Amino acid sequence: MTRQHSYWLLFSAVFTKDVKLAFRQRAEIVNPILFFLIVISLFPLAIGPEPGLLARMAPGIIWVAALLSTMLGLDKLFRDDFNDGSLEQLIASSYPLSLTVLAKVAAHWVVTGLPLVLMTPLFALLLNLESSALTATVLTLLLGTPLLSFIGAIGAGLTVGLQKGGILMSLLVLPLYIPVLIFATSAIDTSTMSLDYSGQLAILGAMLLIAIISAPIAISSALKVSVS
Amino acid sequence: MLHIKSVTCIKQDRCLFADLNFSLNNGQIMQLAGPNGAGKTSLLRIVAGFSAPDEGAILYQELPISKYYEEYARELLFIGHKTGVNTQLSAVENVSHWLQINGYSEPELYPILAKLGLVGLEDVPVRMLSAGQQRRVALVRLWLSDAKLWVLDEPFTALDKSGVAFLQQRFTEHLQSGGAILLTTHQDLTTHFSNLQTVTLEYRH
Repeated sequence: MTRQHSYWLLFSAVFTKDVKLAFRQRAEIVNPILFFLIVISLFPLAIGPEPGLLARMAPGIIWVAALLSTMLGLDKLFRDDFNDGSLEQLIASSYPLSLTVLAKVAAHWVVTGLPLVLMTPLFALLLNLESSALTATVLTLLLGTPLLSFIGAIGAGLTVGLQKGGILMSLLVLPLYIPVLIFATSAIDTSTMSLDYSGQLAILGAMLLIAIISAPIAISSALKVSVS
Repeated sequence: MLHIKSVTCIKQDRCLFADLNFSLNNGQIMQLAGPNGAGKTSLLRIVAGFSAPDEGAILYQELPISKYYEEYARELLFIGHKTGVNTQLSAVENVSHWLQINGYSEPELYPILAKLGLVGLEDVPVRMLSAGQQRRVALVRLWLSDAKLWVLDEPFTALDKSGVAFLQQRFTEHLQSGGAILLTTHQDLTTHFSNLQTVTLEYRH
């Protein structure tokens, strides 16, 4: 048997497995989007259909809904692999675990984060979001949702060994989500005033880059602790 | 090639084993024996590098595995109590995923699946298979891996008689080609292995 060492092959193998599994259990993809849709469509009903008020609140509503719906799938991120022993096989493979983890987080984002980004223009209509703010919303979600996946995966990795780790994970992860929320909503607010919001985007981008580099290391250490 | 040097494991304030020493050479098979709760699985997990011993070290080719884990992982095949088979995926998908994460190029899988009696079931999600067949899906790796050291936790669980015999035949081949096997099993090995060693862990209170 020939054996080759290719990081790309490992990444694509782990990524396609997770995406394939998500499409087999469609609830995993549909749930976060449905949650997002329910929250957004309930708000106009609850606070009244006044266009000005809705447009003012839209960025916050969209972001809070996105944040919570990303958390929905997080608990499952490593759970199945932990329960069936796949995680041990991934640790015992000769590749670095941080790369495997990067692929898993990427798959998680493609399945839960990316659909939200793509659906946002549609949902923005429900909240009467201005078109100038819409661009900012989509851009902040595009930078912010992968960041949420990375941060959340650290919490998921730490709590995967616990029987009911979901609540603990939320407690661990939510404080770390707050800076993302602040900068993202600030960017959208700035855009509604027709000002330049590239500063906030740059900070989000910087946070994402730091997360791409450092989070996989933290996640893989967390997983090794959980497995031992 | 594998040395266990004065390894101690303490779990929940109970010392499972202390100052355990043994070594495993090429061509040797070692059976860990002992009652439930004696620490067999804990020892295997320490040998596989998933948890660190409380004291002592594991050396592979004279090098500590904690430091050279990636090199060690290349030579190691671990099949635990949880086999690492995803029950949503089919047998073929499971096996090829395992091949990919270990960097193997994909060979013709059907002859091996046929040997293990899995042909005709290769496209069915593994959760639809019986426990013994699920175990066979995990054991396919033994025919595909080029790892020198096999660490197997209860590999015979749920296997039928012919499966057990077939697996032991594969053990013999592996030992003849210079590999080593460390396993736990409550069943006695039915095939006679000339260089079988047994380490018994006592239940300690």
